[in-house]
Amino acid sequence: MSKQGLMSRELLLTGAIILLLGVIASRFPAFIAPGNLVNVFNDTAPLILLAIGQMIVILTRCIDLSVAANLALTGMVVAMLNVAMPGLPVPVIIALAITFGAVLGMFNGVLVWKLAIPPIVVTLGTMTIFRGIIFLLSEGRWINAHQLSDAFKAFPRTVLLGLPVMSWIALGAVALFVVVMNRTSLGRAFYAAGGNPHAATYAGINVGRTQFWAFTISGALSGLAGYLWVSRFAVAFVDLARGFELTVVAACVIGGVAIMGGSGTVLGAMLGALFLGIISNALPVVNISPFWQLAISGSAIIIAVALNASANRKKGRIILKRAEQAT
Amino acid sequence: MVTDLMLMKPEAKSDRADTQAALPVLSLDGVTKTFPGVTALSKVSLALFAGKVTALVGENGAGKSTVVKILTGIYQPDSGLIEVDGNPVRFSTAQDATTAGVTAIHQETVLFDELSVAENIFLGHAPRGRFGLIDTRAMVEQARKILAGIGAQIDPKAKLKDLGIANKHLVAIARALSVDARVVIMDEPTAALSQKEIEELYALVEELKAQGKAILFISHKFDEIFRIADNYTVFRDGALVGSGAIADVTEAALVKMMVGRDVSQIFPNRTRNVGDEILTVEGYEHPTEFAGISFSLRQGEILGFYGLIGAGRSEFMQALFGITRPSAGTVRIDNAPAVIRSPADAVAKGIVYVPEDRGKQGAITALPIFQNVTLPSLGRTSKNGFLRLAEEFRLAREYTSRLSLRAASLDTDVGNLSGGNQQKVVIAKWLATRPKIIILDEPTKGIDIGSKAAVHEFMAELAAQGLAVIMVSSEIPEVLGMSDRVIVMREGRIAAELCGDKMSPETLVRHAAGI
Repeated sequence: MSKQGLMSRELLLTGAIILLLGVIASRFPAFIAPGNLVNVFNDTAPLILLAIGQMIVILTRCIDLSVAANLALTGMVVAMLNVAMPGLPVPVIIALAITFGAVLGMFNGVLVWKLAIPPIVVTLGTMTIFRGIIFLLSEGRWINAHQLSDAFKAFPRTVLLGLPVMSWIALGAVALFVVVMNRTSLGRAFYAAGGNPHAATYAGINVGRTQFWAFTISGALSGLAGYLWVSRFAVAFVDLARGFELTVVAACVIGGVAIMGGSGTVLGAMLGALFLGIISNALPVVNISPFWQLAISGSAIIIAVALNASANRKKGRIILKRAEQAT
Repeated sequence: MVTDLMLMKPEAKSDRADTQAALPVLSLDGVTKTFPGVTALSKVSLALFAGKVTALVGENGAGKSTVVKILTGIYQPDSGLIEVDGNPVRFSTAQDATTAGVTAIHQETVLFDELSVAENIFLGHAPRGRFGLIDTRAMVEQARKILAGIGAQIDPKAKLKDLGIANKHLVAIARALSVDARVVIMDEPTAALSQKEIEELYALVEELKAQGKAILFISHKFDEIFRIADNYTVFRDGALVGSGAIADVTEAALVKMMVGRDVSQIFPNRTRNVGDEILTVEGYEHPTEFAGISFSLRQGEILGFYGLIGAGRSEFMQALFGITRPSAGTVRIDNAPAVIRSPADAVAKGIVYVPEDRGKQGAITALPIFQNVTLPSLGRTSKNGFLRLAEEFRLAREYTSRLSLRAASLDTDVGNLSGGNQQKVVIAKWLATRPKIIILDEPTKGIDIGSKAAVHEFMAELAAQGLAVIMVSSEIPEVLGMSDRVIVMREGRIAAELCGDKMSPETLVRHAAGI
């Protein structure tokens, strides 16, 4: 994706978000007060983390449907760890959450890479397996606020320079992955492997291994989001964040990530997540029924895909012409 | 026009004399087809007669496939006539051609693996029963009859995917017969068959002839052309160069028609400056694609690989480049044993491969030019694990300017470039890895004459700089004009290694076709 295209895509989305905020503000001015916007951003932080991971997976022509189950399983594991060892420092818990999530992601990645099972099948399976493991671990019981240590619960809410730590973590992840995607060989490999797997193979890129790393990153971010989610809402249970994986995919699609792979940006994924975050926060405030919330999110997805498709159609025609010439 | 051509053989036997008098079932008259920048067919004529096999002969790129597509309604001619029984017709869609009784059996069978044999045969025209539903029993019965008619022992209820390649071919033929075809086009039908299966196919062709079908038989193999064809038509560079009765022509004459041409292309004058041996391949083998490939290559040399499509040239090159694994064989580079397990290994050892299908295997159209160019060289453009954009741009600028690539900016997506410029990006990408050995697979396929000359010029320059070049090409003038030495492959093996005076169009074709 060239710089011009990239900028226009993200500018368009930023414009859409500003427009959305304007419409909401016209009915409910308090929504765009800085304090509320900070809250909205903070609420959206886990979605941003997951959308970044999902974006990378989709780039490589895969999909990860297990992210929400990974989040819930990792959340349950760290919550139980906290119950068993209340003295364990939060940085250690975060490191464990990232590692555990990454291991779950690697499991997906190995199945896709070594056994060449279609990613949608692999992650549909692991999604169910992860939920099952939570049930086995917790025996179906909830872990509630009073069982968790204060440090465990306080960390993501701690305010630093006007923003809660959870928001800082999301911003940090965005910054980190902007660098990874644009300035490392691995980042370039994600784009190449999804953009044209054959050409990437010829260029010496191992497409399967690249996909493995994409799943690992997605898993690590899910694990991190798992800790944040459980500590913020101070609860862990089997059905935590059930169905959230589809919101994550939706955020990517709205953020301009091509569902066929090869094209997408970290900023796009973040903006897509924010768009959905604003809708889900604003609609209850302006007293619109949850049905409209779903309908608006759904329409946004279809509009985003339609815009993507029309942008790509021109290229398709050129290829067709060339194919005819070649014969 | 058609009758003129048929009159070119005055001493035709009496049974052919009947044919001349007969109207062709299907004919093309002065058909021209152009694509942007390329004239695929120029005023060609072709006549097919009931109960006769006409062989269509020509090199790769002579326009044979385009003719098949026009006869089957996939392409429409720019000018000229298609006639059925002497009446002009228009095939706007494939359906029109089928309705007129024209059916084609393609080189790669276009069938459906998950459907049954009977469903494959009758897809689109299945017998209908009550309420317009498909009458499965009648369909299976009719399929059984057709299959029995061509001597095929295939269960009509079997799934296609459980059949071998030869039986799939028979299903394709049965499908062609199920529509009550009058004209059957066979596009290299024996390419994938064993000798025994080929004999069965010949018997089938005789059977079709006896039924009065007109057959267009496209083949590269002269032995089978002389065995089963009654008439021939030769195309060269999209134009008709000759036609007549097989009985009146010799192999040598056909080969001459096929390859003899005005030397319209001028190749760069090279001072051949061949250095030390850089690559030695010994006994490369693959379970299905090729066997016994041994040769050596020197610095500054251009080694041509000629052969028919399917001779195993690209498959061997892919194994040499580490994309597939050979089952046996060794490689030495600079006189040291080299193990190549992946394309990354090959690039690290100084071998690069510019593939034939550039759309599929060459450029990444969604990435900008500079990122395409630096993709295999990211190790060199990064520092402490981070890519340096300035260095990437420098590298990309250096190699794209050497190829005089025209683009607004190196930040432009490759998908926005023309085919010729995409080709340059792909070549620049490989040159930027500073290779010792470059494999160019069909380097000028599908590009215009001007760009061709530039690619040839550039290839000569690479060799002059001491690079060893392997050029896989199916274009005889290119092979002869550029190569210092030519290896001809046939059916996965080296059929001949030619240099000096031995490199002539006739010898190349003879070795490639095995005559």
